Amino acid sequence: MIIAKPGLDGHDRGAKVIARALRDAGMEVIYTGLRQSPEQIVAAAAQEDADVIGLSILSGAHLPICRRVLELIGERGMEGVELFVGGIIPTQDIPELKALGVADVFLPGASTRDVIAALEGVATRT
Amino acid sequence: MKKVVLEETETDLRPAASARPVTTISGRPIEPLYRPEDVADVDYERDIGNPGQFPYTRGIHETMYRGRLWTMRQFAGFGTARQTNERFRYLLEHGGSGLSVAFDLPTLMGRDPDHPLSLGEVGKCGVAVSSLEDMEVLFEGIPLDQATTSMTINSPAAMLLAFYILVGEKQGVPEEALAGTIQNDILKEFIAQKEYIYPPRPSMRIIVDMIRYCTERMPRWNTISISGYHIREAGSTAAQELAFTLRDGIEYVQWCVDAGMDVDSFAPRLSFFFNSHSDFFEEVAKYRAARRIWARTMRDRFGAKNPRSWMLRFHTQTAGVSLTAQQPYNNVVRTALQALAGVLGGTQSLHTNSLDEALALPTEEAVTIALRTQQVIAHESGVAATADPLGGSWFVEKLTDDIEAEALDYFRRIDALGGMVTAVERGFPQREIQEAAFRFQQAVERKERVIVGVNDYVMEDKPIPILYIDEAVEKGHVESVTALRKRRDNGRAREALEDLKSAARGTANLMPPIIEASRAYATLGEMCDALREVFGEYEEPPVF
Repeated sequence: MIIAKPGLDGHDRGAKVIARALRDAGMEVIYTGLRQSPEQIVAAAAQEDADVIGLSILSGAHLPICRRVLELIGERGMEGVELFVGGIIPTQDIPELKALGVADVFLPGASTRDVIAALEGVATRT
Repeated sequence: MKKVVLEETETDLRPAASARPVTTISGRPIEPLYRPEDVADVDYERDIGNPGQFPYTRGIHETMYRGRLWTMRQFAGFGTARQTNERFRYLLEHGGSGLSVAFDLPTLMGRDPDHPLSLGEVGKCGVAVSSLEDMEVLFEGIPLDQATTSMTINSPAAMLLAFYILVGEKQGVPEEALAGTIQNDILKEFIAQKEYIYPPRPSMRIIVDMIRYCTERMPRWNTISISGYHIREAGSTAAQELAFTLRDGIEYVQWCVDAGMDVDSFAPRLSFFFNSHSDFFEEVAKYRAARRIWARTMRDRFGAKNPRSWMLRFHTQTAGVSLTAQQPYNNVVRTALQALAGVLGGTQSLHTNSLDEALALPTEEAVTIALRTQQVIAHESGVAATADPLGGSWFVEKLTDDIEAEALDYFRRIDALGGMVTAVERGFPQREIQEAAFRFQQAVERKERVIVGVNDYVMEDKPIPILYIDEAVEKGHVESVTALRKRRDNGRAREALEDLKSAARGTANLMPPIIEASRAYATLGEMCDALREVFGEYEEPPVF
């Protein structure tokens, strides 16, 4: 799976803690580093044959960024790839994110156990 | 049913709880009781001193808040310059005593709003300022000779200071009369917040140039706000926050001294910015230790003679990372306790976070409660009546000593690496913080730390009202920058940008060419691109 920090935000504490917890849980994790465009993230997912893309967004740019990432997943025909998002996300935006095709949204306070369980669910389906 | 649960708690948790030491939020073991012998080595005159006296452990002013309350400075900025200008005027009308500008991410990263990476970010987590034109709107109707302004900007700090100087010029306020602070702390960007543009060494050169410019021409301007806030938010312990921040301060002083500046000419204008986290006494001890370490470092390591060079002045912000999205009204209580720690620690200014900031930028109602929290502490609690009321507590004095010792140990390790720039290049502080952040998360998940409403006392939440930034802000701002690029004298702007590049290639001070390019309405993105061309861009290896 790919853990990515899109946009210009540099707050990478959450992305790194999650990446490490997933790795410790035995998953194969690639962390892209900071400031990746949606194009770079989806290209990395295609290249690594990832089942899951996890985006960490704290800047408020979650809607346009998720929209663009899902468009690119569609254009490349990567239908099996699931998109998860974590960060500072108003609960009011969750229905719209899910309607766009985001598999799940993790808010501040989510435990790494919850994240691992959700992603393991995807891994067993695929 | 309830009884069964209680019994379970007793049988299951008690042995585990007694086996584990009781620790602060940073993992520091705490004894059940402190007594005079714990601080038997402490000498009052040498190690503590009266408020206003070396080493300033008890505060930098003799009378502390009886003389003057701390400045209630609420950080604000969102959407367009026009919208933020309205919020500033609102805050000033409601008793706020200083302005503090939050910029959006494209501004912080030196990008124009039409750059591909700015997608979705314009005006989102701060105000979009892309040229002198936006700065003119931001401060419309706010006389710069009366306001004090703090600007949270780092990599492009020199450009934003240039915009501010020019707005003053248009209002008829000379630069020597401008008072305020610019964050301008690039080292903590590499360490924690990661909003860097150029590699560390050219970034340090820009800062030294700016300090020299301000020292010569802007006597009321605080040239850097050396910041632990972001280090703590990234997951550091209290002692790491203290150690890395003060060691960053030492690095700036060393670079300026190496560039030939007299330490007492610039050190009085350095200021600090700390987090106030949830562990009440540990935070108070951290501020007290900070003042003592800085005073001794400036006097003994750098030979500073002016007492103002010894005094550590600081701003405090409550811990954003401690706010919970769950049961958000509890955040008012967390913030009040953290604010109280800042005040009892002797802060010069304070920002209190709003209850909704784990969800979005704050609404006006939430910001008002945050400001009122400070006013209640100032006017109702009685804590402002006497200086350093916790001084002399065996516990607080011992904690002050212990945190100081831990910070000094980090100083030795960083000095052995060859200084902070080298330590940063090698990822030393970054790794220490990353480890601490992971340990904390594990402690929360094992419920060794209770976060009310998150891993205990959990209940269903009702959504609260949230501030929304209209996506139309981005489109409008892109149009206004495009129009500016058409309207201005492009020959003059291009020439000024070329001058900036040639100054960057040589050793001349970069401030004058940055001011000239700003005056020619070169955009922030254009100026930063000019320097990117000369200095290159920094990329951090992605390690977790």
